[in-house]
Amino acid sequence: MIAYIIRRMFYAIPILLGVNILTFVLFFVVNSPDDMARMHLGMKRVTPEAIENWKSERGYDKPLLFNASSQGVGQLTDTIFFNKSLKLFQFDFGSSDSGRDIGYDISQRMWPSLAIAIPVLVIGLMVNITYALLIAFFRATYIDIWSVVLCVVMMSISGLFYIIGGQYLVSKLLHLVPISGYDTGLSAIKFLILPVVIGVVGGIGAGTRWYRTLFLEEINRDYVRTARAKGLSEGVVLFRHVLKNAMIPILTGVVVVLPLLFMGSLITESFFGIPGLGSYTIDAISQQDFAIVRAMVFLGSVLYILGLLLTDISYTLVDPRVRLS
Amino acid sequence: MSDILLKVEKLETWLGDGDRPVRAVDGVDLTIRKGETFALLGESGCGKSMTALSIMRLLPPVGRIKGGQVLLGKTSLLDLPEYAMREERGGRMAMIFQEPMTSLNPVLTIGQQIGEAVRIREGADKKTRDQRIIELLNSVGIPDPARRVHEYPHQLSGGMKQRVMIAMALAGHPELLIADEPTTALDVTIQAQVLTLLKELQQKTGMAILLITHDLGVVSEVADRVAVMYAGQIIEVADAKRFFQQPQHPYSEKLFQSLPDSNKRTQRLAVIKGTVPALNQTFTACRFMDRCHRAFEACHQAPGWTQLQSDEGVRCHLAGQAAHWLPDQKQVQSQQPVDEVGRQSPLLDVKDLKVHFPIHKGIFKRIVGHVKAVDGVSLAIAPGKTLALVGESGCGKTTVGKGILQLLKPTAGLVAFESDELTQLSAQALRKRRADLQIIFQDPMASMNPRMLVGDIIEEGMRAQGVARSSTQRRERTLQLLEQVGLPEDSASRYPHEFSGGQRQRICVARALAVDPKLIICDEPTSALDVSVQAQILNLLKSLQQSRGLAYLFITHNISVVAYLADEVAVMYLGRIVERGAVEQLLTEPKHPYTQALLSAVPLVDSEAKRAVIRLEGDMPSPANPPAGCHFHPRCPVAMAECQKAYPELRALPDGRFVSCFKVQEGL
Amino acid sequence: MMGEWVILWTDALIFILVFFSIAFGYYAAGKEHLRGPWRLVVRSRVGVSTLVILSFYVIVGLLDSIHFHPLLPSKDQAGQQTQSAEVISLFDHLVTPLRVRQEKTYSAPLATHLYAKENIELASGEVIRDYPRLTYGGAHLQHPDQEWSRDIWRLTGIGVLKGLLVSVVVTNILIALLAGRWKTSFGAVAKVLIKEQTTVPWRVLLATLSSVILVLFWCVELSSHYHILGTDKVGEDVFYQALKSIRTGLLIGTLTTLVMLPAAILLGIMAGYFRGWVDDVIQYTYTTLNSIPGVLLIAAAILMLQIYMSNHADEFNSLVERADLRLLFLCIILGVTSWTGLCRLLRGEAMKLREADYVQAAVAFGVGHFTIIVRHILPNVLHIVLITVVLDFSGLVLAEAVLSYVNIGVDPTMNSWGNMINSARLEMAREPVVWWSLLASMLFMFILVLSANLFSDVVRDAFDPRLRSSR
Repeated sequence: MIAYIIRRMFYAIPILLGVNILTFVLFFVVNSPDDMARMHLGMKRVTPEAIENWKSERGYDKPLLFNASSQGVGQLTDTIFFNKSLKLFQFDFGSSDSGRDIGYDISQRMWPSLAIAIPVLVIGLMVNITYALLIAFFRATYIDIWSVVLCVVMMSISGLFYIIGGQYLVSKLLHLVPISGYDTGLSAIKFLILPVVIGVVGGIGAGTRWYRTLFLEEINRDYVRTARAKGLSEGVVLFRHVLKNAMIPILTGVVVVLPLLFMGSLITESFFGIPGLGSYTIDAISQQDFAIVRAMVFLGSVLYILGLLLTDISYTLVDPRVRLS
Repeated sequence: MSDILLKVEKLETWLGDGDRPVRAVDGVDLTIRKGETFALLGESGCGKSMTALSIMRLLPPVGRIKGGQVLLGKTSLLDLPEYAMREERGGRMAMIFQEPMTSLNPVLTIGQQIGEAVRIREGADKKTRDQRIIELLNSVGIPDPARRVHEYPHQLSGGMKQRVMIAMALAGHPELLIADEPTTALDVTIQAQVLTLLKELQQKTGMAILLITHDLGVVSEVADRVAVMYAGQIIEVADAKRFFQQPQHPYSEKLFQSLPDSNKRTQRLAVIKGTVPALNQTFTACRFMDRCHRAFEACHQAPGWTQLQSDEGVRCHLAGQAAHWLPDQKQVQSQQPVDEVGRQSPLLDVKDLKVHFPIHKGIFKRIVGHVKAVDGVSLAIAPGKTLALVGESGCGKTTVGKGILQLLKPTAGLVAFESDELTQLSAQALRKRRADLQIIFQDPMASMNPRMLVGDIIEEGMRAQGVARSSTQRRERTLQLLEQVGLPEDSASRYPHEFSGGQRQRICVARALAVDPKLIICDEPTSALDVSVQAQILNLLKSLQQSRGLAYLFITHNISVVAYLADEVAVMYLGRIVERGAVEQLLTEPKHPYTQALLSAVPLVDSEAKRAVIRLEGDMPSPANPPAGCHFHPRCPVAMAECQKAYPELRALPDGRFVSCFKVQEGL
Repeated sequence: MMGEWVILWTDALIFILVFFSIAFGYYAAGKEHLRGPWRLVVRSRVGVSTLVILSFYVIVGLLDSIHFHPLLPSKDQAGQQTQSAEVISLFDHLVTPLRVRQEKTYSAPLATHLYAKENIELASGEVIRDYPRLTYGGAHLQHPDQEWSRDIWRLTGIGVLKGLLVSVVVTNILIALLAGRWKTSFGAVAKVLIKEQTTVPWRVLLATLSSVILVLFWCVELSSHYHILGTDKVGEDVFYQALKSIRTGLLIGTLTTLVMLPAAILLGIMAGYFRGWVDDVIQYTYTTLNSIPGVLLIAAAILMLQIYMSNHADEFNSLVERADLRLLFLCIILGVTSWTGLCRLLRGEAMKLREADYVQAAVAFGVGHFTIIVRHILPNVLHIVLITVVLDFSGLVLAEAVLSYVNIGVDPTMNSWGNMINSARLEMAREPVVWWSLLASMLFMFILVLSANLFSDVVRDAFDPRLRSSR
């Protein structure tokens, strides 16, 4: 098991390196730092000095890959690639283009993100599983048919609509909770309720439909017939046999996104003005702060790989047939 | 009568809605007495499983019971509400299924799964429950039950899983056990174990068994009474002994005649022409009429049930006349010259073939071991001869076939075909040589691309090998081949799924023949087929061998097919050949203890020739980790100290056969 | 009225796509295993009704993909007709009134007055503060407050009447055609149709078609005198915007898959079939790409494109071309982030198929790798490709809206539902609320996505027998 985890860590290195090179090419090769500087400083009336100034302030004045003017190792380390890309491996994110410490910002902003993402995940999971089990119990009846129709309708509505509609209805018309904002401690709850509810509702359509398929797939298996042949009641069959088997794909599907919860939800956070990593990313994108975007890309990849690893491990925990080797 | 346990009357079960539902069970009457074993015999699709599921009320969602009555004792099962029916299921009657692999819940331990059944009957006290679980596991002969309760189904072998299924069924002290093909998915030696177990349990508990099977051999081994099912109806009910002496229905008669065995080597097997009629129609004539060799005018009226004796009867206009039937005209073949085995220079000569699959482990996927699927197999086939490679599943016999064909790269060893050493040939040269060696697979459906027309499938080989240059030549040849294997010309422009199982296998034979091979490797070509269809394919293979001088490497686990078809036999166990010799020799007087056990485990139809079954303990070990010394010694009834140390060489005996056993070699 | 044709990149691709679809349809017609499932699709009620709705969207999208420079009414010195520098589409041309009748600013659906009070100078010179009349919306009314509702009903009546008329004509033509094909009388066909005893649910098809036609005529009638979905901030007709957005949505949904298909199919099958180092390299590639959060990769790429475009502004002839290129680029980058799923699916399938007996049989005949892939593997994974394409469509349409909202979607000057929602966000905060932009875009998007979802369910059930039996 430990050997397996270590091996997976080794596998992660080339992947992260690949991510790094890709982002490096995207950010520094396709457009030179000069282009970026010009972009930031305004297109037309910009002096070469201003550009140089902007670059050196942010450390973009070095050569990309090879610094002929430095000595020894410095020829390789005193470059943009080393400073801006490879340093990420130490989780040294550097400072943003506007001069803030990215690492610090991330550590501050991940909590609000989690405060939304975790309740959405947990409550959503419970709601979807319960609903899907209910549908499975009443399979091939009108309850089943209309529930599926409802799910398809719900998943055909854009997530933006849930947010805008929800905000309008609950906050603006009914004045039940504030439209947006955030606070620390327990007083954050009143800001969190609406985004969490909307997150859960928005996910019901797709989630329930998927789980229903999983349940129905399991219900047709031979071992369910065996369970019925023992004289077990339908409820026991569903809960003990079907649910337990269907939980394998459900749980592993959840585990893979667990680490990514840190990244927050871009849209929800920005609509509700919650200072999480999602809105951080959105702000960075709209302000064209590439240092932050680069850091988030790297962080996202690390978390994704972590998610894959956790998925494999969780398989061994929930499925007795799987053993890591 | 008070000893009647189950009475089924006019049971009708339909599958599917719509205009033409499939009448899977169409008016079945059965009576099962307390404590007897009642066999329901029939080919696939005849409705025997549906009958069982209807009795248990466990039909799949598409099925529904349209009419009839099922009485268990005095209870009318079909009138019970669902909650009361649950009491009966797993209570007075229990059921075990064909596929023990999928019939157990993979994520619950076997203790939990048996526990569920125990709990319903014995209440919730954990201690007595645990005791009962262990007791049940003990009763079905699972070694070390205290440890096994915590294991998951995947940790058990197929035979063990079926035992667990039986233990689960026994939890409610059933009066009736319905066993739906309980041994079909198992190997013969394991099948023997399970059948013996069922017999023993029956004697101990006095339960009745409704055994559903397609295997005449199994019926003759265990059944007290037999019902034959055909196209949704019971067509014959008889006492088992009487049934095997004199079947009363023409269908039963033909079934017996189509069984291959050594006595029929020189003749063609009887076949039942045509296929089972579709069950989504209403019949006015006898359902068997179109295939019946004794059909006459009266058969256009569906025959009623004729009671012959107190509990025997038949659904045929010729009821009661079977005693006067003459055996069918035997189509005696032109006697082929019987020449000595092995005199000619071999067509295929395999020396010490090994196919190992690496096992990866650790941080850098080091190779830590090998699954020795094939571990030093030597064999030779002369032109025009048949070598049967016999063994249980997992012994590596299919891998031998693929290794010879170079579909799997052999790890070591030589495969000489005529003058060429196949393992040394370049890819180019090998490709050319492939025309001479062909293969026929077990599952004809899976071995044809469902997206291609039959004509294109047959032509594929010709194109690749450049057998016929122009497309008209190829087309002509395809039609010839189709005719040769007994299929109509228009088959070429149809898709595989439009054919029945037997016809598909014929297409596969035609495809192999298209490139004029000298050797065909037949990998269990008949084990997915029903007995009557199997006979058609065996006949075809035999006549092709004569007309074309083909050699066969016949890979199978079916001993009766070997007896009918093979010239030479090689028996495999765990990647190695343990005994090899001429067919009469080996089958009549096996030397290796494994061969002896294997042959004794095969259920025989001929009830006169009962013999003691040599029961093998346990299962075949994993080829990744074979036992030290002789691979067979842990299960061997005659193992000696020596057997644990070294693997016995395959040595020739004076009678010309080869055996790898110290005991046998010692006895010389 | 039409000047020089303009073929935008996306136009070209969309017509290539249409060409391929027709070619594939022709190919599929000859293959039972492809034709059979499609037959199931057109025999399903949901299948045909969604197909009708989707084809309405497709027609609008295709009309909107034929671009040209319109001719100006004036002539130049040489007496030649001059053409405008502006690029419009055939669809624009058809709905010219909608396009050109621009109000001053916001107006509610079917309104006759603007949404906000303004200072109006009366003929008497007096200045009052009131809702001014619209230039076009309801301009034919003398006294809007009295005549308005009657006028709406009148126009509705006319529209419905026209629609009914056309529906009846269409129904009769169809019945006549069917009668000709089945070689029976007109009456007999009508009878089975009404009783719905046909294998293809013609009645459902006709009902859907008729409702689409009714709605269409009703809209045409009303929109000739009003802005049925109001106007936006600069007074543009919202109905027109929503219609124009159809093309964008369709393009994103289809071109993205078109762009990614070759890579996904080729690499997926290669990885599964050859295994070994080929597999390793391909797996590495898609794991790497997959590990970058999709939104961020898109954001990064689009930002870079923006910088590139603003630094090389002179390379683009017109705003339309620039927006078009950005759309194409968005499709490509969306394709890059979404091909991995299909690739992995195909890899698994190819791995299973290479062990299939029929592939083994082909190897035993000495058939080459390439032939095996083309003849045995590809046809047996095509249904997976098809299901994925159809399933992905609705997700991509929804994704466009989200991306445009984050400003990394299509060009802000381009009509798209995402851009409409994006602007609606601020409008929702206004007092009083401007809700029609949001509603219009949501409605159009919802109908498309719902139809696509229902349709893809039908397609998947038809092509995946395993799922069919589990229902």
